[in-house]
Amino acid sequence: MPITTAEVEHVALLARLKLTPEEKAAYTGQLNAILEYMDKLNALDTTDVEPTAHVLPLRNVFRDDVARPGLPREKALAGAPAASEGQFKVPRVV
Amino acid sequence: MEYEAVIGLEVHVELKTNAKAFCGCTTAFGGEPNTHVCPVCLGLPGVLPVINRQVVEFGLKTALALNCQVAPFCKFDRKNYYYPDLPKNYQISQYDLPLARGGHLKITVDGEERVIGITRVHMEEDAGKLIHVDGPDGGYSLVDYNRTGVPLLEIVSEPDLRSPAEARAYMEKLRTILQYLDVSDCKMEEGSLRCDANVSVRPRGSQSFGTKTEVKNLNSFRSLQRALEYEIERQVAILESGGRVEQATMAWDENRGVTYVMRTKEEAQDYRYFPDPDLVPLEIDAAWIERVRRELPELPDARCRRLIDDYGLPAYDAGVITSSRDLADYFDRVVALYPDAKTVSNWIMGDFLRLLNAGNLEPGQSPVPPEEMASLLQLQKEGTISGKIAKQVLEEMFATGKGARQIVEEKGLVQISDAAALTQIVEEVLAANPGVVEDYRNGKDKALGFLVGQVMKATRGKANPGLVNRLLKERL
Repeated sequence: MPITTAEVEHVALLARLKLTPEEKAAYTGQLNAILEYMDKLNALDTTDVEPTAHVLPLRNVFRDDVARPGLPREKALAGAPAASEGQFKVPRVV
Repeated sequence: MEYEAVIGLEVHVELKTNAKAFCGCTTAFGGEPNTHVCPVCLGLPGVLPVINRQVVEFGLKTALALNCQVAPFCKFDRKNYYYPDLPKNYQISQYDLPLARGGHLKITVDGEERVIGITRVHMEEDAGKLIHVDGPDGGYSLVDYNRTGVPLLEIVSEPDLRSPAEARAYMEKLRTILQYLDVSDCKMEEGSLRCDANVSVRPRGSQSFGTKTEVKNLNSFRSLQRALEYEIERQVAILESGGRVEQATMAWDENRGVTYVMRTKEEAQDYRYFPDPDLVPLEIDAAWIERVRRELPELPDARCRRLIDDYGLPAYDAGVITSSRDLADYFDRVVALYPDAKTVSNWIMGDFLRLLNAGNLEPGQSPVPPEEMASLLQLQKEGTISGKIAKQVLEEMFATGKGARQIVEEKGLVQISDAAALTQIVEEVLAANPGVVEDYRNGKDKALGFLVGQVMKATRGKANPGLVNRLLKERL
């Protein structure tokens, strides 16, 4: 098994997810199943295949450097759980 | 044991585009909180970022000016972290395929030129601003997303710097180049140019690296130098006492003059970079690169060389004048009208810069236009005013914005070059100072200077000093 419970816990912490012991076990299994499938893909010879940077065959899509009005502040803050003094109000984390 | 420092800098520079990197919001500094925002930079669901072409143009200019190799193919990645300064929980950046790599710039410290390697230049977006408020339950933070999505270039140096002074010189040179390129305001006090430093120490002569720390919050040239001096001393003290430097991210406390640990290696960030599927890759062909290269302005090193070669200026003068594009432009415009380059250089490096600094002004904000500076020097050369008066007139020009000739006429500062008018004053000074006259006749040459000074004083600086000298000598 390439993925251990400790690694699942680390990734959960990075993603700010609180997992029950059952969930940890379930995700360990699922992540390993995905990685096993990757191993299957690794069996292919991809020496002459360019790495895929994007699934669309598009390059160089630009916007012009023109400023235009954005959202009125009331609208920008409308979806915020809390706001104060025209700003988003969030729990202090440092 | 003698130690040497190994320093590498990561510089972030905000690009002066009109619109943000991936949306149409303005990049204007200031503004009421959350008034320069839109669904894209707020990270609302269903939006798609599109890269501003000017960001790539500015990035290319910078990369080429720093002698980098531009990648023919690059892409954007997501740098994931949980902190409310970015509403998406990731920053759009470039990871394994940056815009450019492998450049260098030259610095001169204590007369020694050194070439400092540039590892890479990549594009990313700036984050918002948090204000922390104390209160019950740990308080709260207020978030302003006006700056979120403003385009940044991150410029990473090789660990080639060996002292705080070199680090500062590198940073100053980089700012000068960015100013010449006109890609950023480079205002450290407004955060448009910022710097983090990686620093370690090792026994002098050693080829391996010591354990490094990263020092953040270096928001002025002075803090950069002071923080590095402190951090190097701290690391050396640890090693001297037989300890080990812990890998850590430090912050610089400007008020206390110390670095302190923000987080240790155990808490190191794991950004889980992956390609951003919302943005398509960039292909930059040779024709595009060549076009940008042709459009590069004359850069500081070349301009410095030109001032030395074309005007015969000393290297020191040329270095000071070309340290700012506006100052070099000012010099060029004055010299075009008053072609004595060394005199122009002396005035610019002396009184002109002193008066600018006193008024807290940048060279581009001079209240004295180059034409007026030239006419002031012309007045002095013609003998209309003395050098001393010229200094006074320049101060007056700075204070009032009036022209040199106007001030000289209004204040009656025209130099007295009429022998008849000066003779009487000379006679009076001689009569009033018999002791000094005696000293001079007994061979004390310095006494003459005193007498000249007295005549100048009596004419409030307006007497022609050469003429005063002659008149005095005739009578002694």
